[in-house]
Amino acid sequence: MGSNAAENHPISFKYVTMAQQSGGKVISVDPRFTRTSSKSDIYAPLRSGTDIAFLGGMIKYIFDNKLSNEEYVVNYTNGAFIVNKDFSFNDGLFSGFDPLKKSYNKSTWTFDNDENGVPKRDVTLKDPRCVMNILKNHYSRYDLALVSRITGTSEADLLEVYKTYAATGARGKAGTIMYAMGWTQHTVGVQNIRTMSIIQLLLGNMGVAGGGVNALRGESNVQGSTDHALLFHILPGYLKTPSSPIQTLADYNKRFTPESKNPLSGNWWQNYPKYSVSLLKSYFGENATANNEFGYSLLPKTEAGKTYTWLDIFDDMYKGSIKGFFAWGMNPACSGSNAGKVRKAMAKLDWMVNVNLFDNETGSFWKGPGMKPSKIKTEVFMLPAAVSVEKEGSIINSGRWMQWRYAGPKPMGNSRPDGDIIMELGNMLKEAYKKDGGQFPDTILNLKWDYMTDGKFDSHKVAKEINGYFCEDATVNKKDFKKGDLVPNFTFLQADGKTSSGNWLYSGSYTGDGNMAARRGQEDAPNNIGLFPKFAWSWPLNRRIIYNRASVDLKGQPYDEKRWVIKFDGEVKDGKYTTSKWTGDVPDGGWYALQNPDGTERSDGKLAFIMQKEGYAQIFGPGLADGPLPEHYEPLECPVEKNFMSSQRMNPIAPVYGTDADLFATCDPKYPFVCTTYRVSEHWQTGLMTRPQAWLLELQPQVFVEMSEELAKLKGIKNGERVKVSSARGSLECTAVVTKRFKPMKIGDGIVHQVGIPYNFGWRWPVSGKEESANLLTPSTGDPNTRIPETKAFMANISKIKRG
Amino acid sequence: MNVTRRGFIKISGATAAGIAVSGMGFDLSPVKAHALTLKTKDAKETTTICCYCGVGCGAIVHTGKEKGRVINIEGDPDHVINRGALCSKGAALSQLAENKNRLTEPMYRAPGSNVWKKVSWDWTLAEITKRIKASREASFTLKNAKGETVNRTEAIASVGSAALDNEECWIYQALMRSLGLVYIEHQARI
Repeated sequence: MGSNAAENHPISFKYVTMAQQSGGKVISVDPRFTRTSSKSDIYAPLRSGTDIAFLGGMIKYIFDNKLSNEEYVVNYTNGAFIVNKDFSFNDGLFSGFDPLKKSYNKSTWTFDNDENGVPKRDVTLKDPRCVMNILKNHYSRYDLALVSRITGTSEADLLEVYKTYAATGARGKAGTIMYAMGWTQHTVGVQNIRTMSIIQLLLGNMGVAGGGVNALRGESNVQGSTDHALLFHILPGYLKTPSSPIQTLADYNKRFTPESKNPLSGNWWQNYPKYSVSLLKSYFGENATANNEFGYSLLPKTEAGKTYTWLDIFDDMYKGSIKGFFAWGMNPACSGSNAGKVRKAMAKLDWMVNVNLFDNETGSFWKGPGMKPSKIKTEVFMLPAAVSVEKEGSIINSGRWMQWRYAGPKPMGNSRPDGDIIMELGNMLKEAYKKDGGQFPDTILNLKWDYMTDGKFDSHKVAKEINGYFCEDATVNKKDFKKGDLVPNFTFLQADGKTSSGNWLYSGSYTGDGNMAARRGQEDAPNNIGLFPKFAWSWPLNRRIIYNRASVDLKGQPYDEKRWVIKFDGEVKDGKYTTSKWTGDVPDGGWYALQNPDGTERSDGKLAFIMQKEGYAQIFGPGLADGPLPEHYEPLECPVEKNFMSSQRMNPIAPVYGTDADLFATCDPKYPFVCTTYRVSEHWQTGLMTRPQAWLLELQPQVFVEMSEELAKLKGIKNGERVKVSSARGSLECTAVVTKRFKPMKIGDGIVHQVGIPYNFGWRWPVSGKEESANLLTPSTGDPNTRIPETKAFMANISKIKRG
Repeated sequence: MNVTRRGFIKISGATAAGIAVSGMGFDLSPVKAHALTLKTKDAKETTTICCYCGVGCGAIVHTGKEKGRVINIEGDPDHVINRGALCSKGAALSQLAENKNRLTEPMYRAPGSNVWKKVSWDWTLAEITKRIKASREASFTLKNAKGETVNRTEAIASVGSAALDNEECWIYQALMRSLGLVYIEHQARI
């Protein structure tokens, strides 16, 4: 669900077909019968934007048929926690809703603690306020008939999917999900994924071989660029961006270092100050000292409560408050939702720097369709970047494998590696502030910036800085280190300034033993499940399957003896473990198992989910903005006037922007069809790295709109003719592809048609200028937690083009 | 015996150079003779990871001796993820590198202009530095309305990039934050 791996991640699908050949069942749930669907054992269509209803029905099925793995739920999740008695859910709203602010006061989304401050648990799961009973009650409304009315999926199809998938809860079985933007790009994006996470926890599918909730990354290094915090809300390694009220390092560390009263909780984030101080040491080098809070005051602080996301950038740019803009290796004129608004916003800039391989719709926006160059004052600098094979460095894949790439040819013509451009720009800015001064030059002047060798960017130097160094002689974990030694891994990082690390998660990737990402070892781990621990390197600590302590029982023995991930292999004397040793993958912490072979509890074991404060995976998730349990809401634009589940039609706290370019039309006869966007195998993202290529453009030359035979008949449209597709925000011309892959759906008591458009196109390539971006149609609203735009479900119309 | 394809090539090479029929049990000298005529014969071989989706497939890049340009890119048979296979985009990788449509010079578009102008790197980076400084000077906020120190500019924004290497991402975010930017975003948000 939410992905089409056979088409968009084709090589990953090789492993899906291998699993199928050894007896696994492949299920495809998608509005359209995709190439993935064609290879699946079960295909079920659903209406775009109704995944929570679909999966909520599965949760009900699991409860109704008692298919959850209770041992796993009790030991490894918060399913047995007791929820605050004042927590409630009523007609689509959780307790604490503030209709004026459109936000939740989350003070009732909490757990009852015992006298020591540890959450109370009812391991019998009988307490009506325990998470499992609240969950059961919440999804009791998601019966087959109602789910079918919302999703358009037939009851028989729903039942077949539920039955097949829920069977993976049995011991020794595993089920996994491959999702992508089909789940994230919704006003309920985060909760879509949460719903599946809950199912995986109920079935004991997290941490086991063949389990998990897998995000299929669409870009070769989008995992790495996220890890390294090219996002407003985080610093490298998922540390928090400081905001205005947090004025001191001490306060910053205190706020973000969780404290658990449970001695069995590993609570890994208790190490937060070690990672934040080491990051500051990497930013500011020797200029960061204990006396100046390691330079904490130099970091910019966001305004408390304000968001600075992608959608906010273009909203504020449209309103004129942003003057300068970098679009570095990006093409927002085609990739941004409501691309018409994005393009108009760029015309309000003073200047733009656009770094790319090819001329593109962003850099050349001023001469795009509908633009008058003479009226646009924006200065544009377009810089030619080198292609990946012309430079050296690492990227990290969907499975967190960090892999090193080498330079083949030199950069073509006068193009330069991005690293060179960034370093030189930094040098010039440092020089300018040193020479002429200016507003608060302290941060730029104190920034450590010594990553060049012979005048060129040196990726090895940065990779080592990211790994981390000892900044002075030190003895840590009973080992002696000299100033300048590389840190072996993040368990050696310190909060007193003795170590640096640009990203604690990557500590261990480039050590005294060399560049781990460049390794090519072919042998598998002893469990023989395809981990290849000496090929490349993965964070954290070369662990290949995270949460792997949940793949074993309390005694540390695998639930699945055949496809085990880790097992506790310590020595045993009189029924007790006497030494600690794990084999297989790198365990999620090397502590003892929770129980001895004779079943007695150990005080030195740790709970499975070490990144969670209390050590348990969160079925009930109080951290989210829009509710601790997922609930079905309709997309901002939808074909039904009423949410069949509650009086809240759409996510009550989803952000909606209000400029004159933010137009929306729901249940409007002018836009009667559900529209979604997707990609084709032959093009990548907005197509900027594929549309200028001869072979790939020949394979997929035109933007098209795919529709059912029934809809084509209704509109008198023939396969292959050019048609106009429009939404409240814009329109584009597409080639009609009339197909059996879409079918009209029965939603409620009516018939709903769905159509889809690949978003891989833009006017600059092909040179005909007629193939435009599907994002001209999509709305600029998004998920309230992440503000990912809702580009996967909106309303559109299709009309024939009358040519004079 | 577990023979990878590259191992196989090595074995077959030894066979052809020595006795005609040996370890492999059959004669490979015609194959070897053909291989000598391949355009990749004297090329530099480097490994890479595909720059498109997040699967992380390996490929081998052949860079020609004469022109120093890519003459072939193919799947890496010893890569444990893709074992030599590539999708339609990966198989066309050489056309990304060797492409007449590529930008090869910095370009500048002046206010109100309807054309691009070819410019030098030195001029471009110096001008960008001036623009950054001007926007930053005009907008820099030392303290917010509550009097809290914030040291930021809200007049410059950045998007990018998941197309950069890890090491480039790291220095990029460090540079942007050192200027006081708070609007720092990229592909992962969309």
